[in-house]
Parts: sequence; C-alpha cells; structure tokens
Amino acid sequence: MAHKRREMLVDPLVDNNPITLQVLGICSALAVTSSMQVALVMTIAVTFVTAFASMFISIIRNHIPGSIRIIVQMVIIASLVILVDQILKAYAFEISKTLSVFVGLIITNCIVMGRAEAFAMKNPPIDSFIDGVGNGLGYGLILMLVGFIRELFGSGSLFGVTIFETVNNGGWYVPNGMLLLPPSAFFIIGLIIWAFRAWKPAQVEEREYKIQTVDAH
Amino acid sequence: MEGYLALAVKAIFVENLALAFFLGMCTFIAVSKKISTAIGLGISVMIVQAITVPANNLILNYLLAPGALAWAGFPDVDLTFLGLISYIGVIAALVQILEMVLDKYFPPLYNALGVFLPLITVNCAILGGSLFMVERGYDFGESVTYGLSSGFGWALAITAMAGVREKLKYSDIPDGLQGLGITFITAGLMAMAFMSFSGVKL
Repeated sequence: MAHKRREMLVDPLVDNNPITLQVLGICSALAVTSSMQVALVMTIAVTFVTAFASMFISIIRNHIPGSIRIIVQMVIIASLVILVDQILKAYAFEISKTLSVFVGLIITNCIVMGRAEAFAMKNPPIDSFIDGVGNGLGYGLILMLVGFIRELFGSGSLFGVTIFETVNNGGWYVPNGMLLLPPSAFFIIGLIIWAFRAWKPAQVEEREYKIQTVDAH
Repeated sequence: MEGYLALAVKAIFVENLALAFFLGMCTFIAVSKKISTAIGLGISVMIVQAITVPANNLILNYLLAPGALAWAGFPDVDLTFLGLISYIGVIAALVQILEMVLDKYFPPLYNALGVFLPLITVNCAILGGSLFMVERGYDFGESVTYGLSSGFGWALAITAMAGVREKLKYSDIPDGLQGLGITFITAGLMAMAFMSFSGVKL
C-alpha cells in the first residue's frame, strides 16, 4: 500500500505528467512563467487547490448525483480558489497583481477538474489527496523548468537575484528579450516535450501517415 | 461608436485571447485536429462568450460591486469576494440553458455543436473574458462588444491552427516532436505572428 502511494506521488512527475502527456492546464503554464518567483507561487496555489479539491470531492463522491456533479465540483473548486485569492491579496499583494486573472483561472484549470473527474470520483480521500499533490507537483516541475530558462536567459537573474550581470547594468550579458515574451514559452514547452519523449520513447505518438521510400527499379 | 470599433479590433487581433493571453489552450490544442470541428467549437465559444460577458457585467454592477445593493436597501454591502464563484456559476448555468434551448428549437445546430457545449464550461477563455471585463471596468455596451469580438478572435485562432495542423500531419517530423510537441511550436510561431499587431494604436 505504501509503495503504491509513493508511486502515485512520483508517477505524474515524468511518466504521466499533466502538461506534457495529459495536455491539462496549459494556459497558466504559458502565461505565468516569465519569472521563477511567480511560477513558484502559482505552483503552490495549484497544488493546494488540486489536493484539497480532490480530497473533498472524494469524501462526498458517493452522495453526488451524476447529473449535477460538474456543478458540485465547480463549487468546491471555486471556494478553494477564492480562499487562495484572498490569502494572496492579503499577504502577497505584489505577486497577486502580477498573476492578475490567472489565480481566478485556476478554477477552470483542467488539471483540477481533470483529476477530480478521473481520479477523485472513484477513489478514497487519502489516495485522492496524494494524487492531487502529485499532479500539482508534476505541473509545478514543468512550470519551474520553463521559468528557470526564461528568467535566467531573458533577464539574467533567478528569483530576482542577478546571476548574469546584464549589459544595461554595465555587465557582459546581453539578455535575450525574446524569452520574456509569451510565445517563447510555447517553444520551451515544445522542446521539453521533445526531451521527455526522447528519454521515454513509450510516450511518442503514433504517426497518422508514414513516409515510405520507393525503391527505384 | 468609434470607441466600440477600436475595442473590437483590439480584442480580436491585438489582445487575442488564445494567442496573446493563452486562454483556452487545453481545448485549443486538443480540438484543433480538423477544420470542421474547430469551426464548430469556435462558433460555440463565440456565442457563449457574447452572452456570458454582458451577463456577468450585470451581475457585477447590480449585485456584487461595493454599494451595488443600494436598490435593495443595503448601501454598505461589498460582495466582490463572491465574484469568482458567481461568474463560474453564471457560465455553467448559461451553458446548460443554451444547450436546452438549442436542443428544443434548433436541433440541427444542437447536433452540430452539442458535443462541444459541456467542454465550454471549463474553457478558461470564457471565464478569462469575464475576469478581464471586471479588471478593466467595462460598462455594459463595452462588455457586449468585448464578449462578441474576443470570442470571434478565439474562433479565428483555433480555425487557423486547425488549418495548419491538417497540413502538418503529412510532414516528416522527428519522432519525439510528433503530435503535441510540434503543435506547441506551431502555436508559438502563430503567437509571434499575432504579436506584430501589438504595435497598432487605436
């Protein structure tokens, strides 16, 4: 049992990552990764909401009528997100300004809904909680990776601490402004997916059309 | 009138929900394999967006904003913290109602769009549109314009993406990039193309 739970926690990190394999929760992964600090806060918020939403939904899963389950799940998730939003506004106002609408959008983050629907509706509370934490961390792993690349090469710093002295401040590093712009996140995630699949060939998708070479006779 | 036109152009091109703010990306990536389904989903998003943004605007101004309950005799009440849960409730309810209305009065349209409607509740473009409306303080007329044009912008983006992907499946792509990977990179290139609109001043 303990072994199975550990697997549930580790599995979503690489083998069954929510972003690179399940295609869940991409919106915020792209928009909030230009600095690592913001990415970290977002990771904590999403992990918290996913874990507790999964747990609460799992507790009442046998009492929810099938036809209105989406609305019941939405209400639970929305209440948790309001909690996170109010806490951020009270204790980390600057970061909550940078995140702007993306805290609210955790409600529609498909990771939360996806795990609630796919896992929490069928499994007991503690397992669901662990599954939620695992998926939140898998999401966070990609977020931090993208944030690391974008902040280090885009503005020469990590967590706001200067690593490479930029030319503007009299240093040597010419920052790559492109990485601060949102489209770069697409390229980085695309390349991360490529790296993951080169490492784990089982994740490679089947081709729809094969290119065949014709022998010249 | 000019103000509305500028807002519409801005919402469609400069601040395209899909390619400038990355909202609705999950469905954008998952449902863009064929042009016909992409158009169906795009139209449904446009309809729902055009209804929910103004509806949420009314909810905000007459129920939630500080002092908005003055008409009911509670001038000091501020319910803005209930915003998120009310908006998502309105969206879920409206999608459900739209589904029922389409089913009863426009069966052909329902058969074409039916499968996409439940997906729309969890599409962040819809909730995002409402949240941007709140953050920027649009009035009712502006929120009608914004809802309609931002939905159109999203539909335009997903249709273009589906067009690219239909051609892309015949190309020789490295194994690891096949499918999801190359889709992300294509979306990145499209987002860069849309960034060229960002200098437009209206």
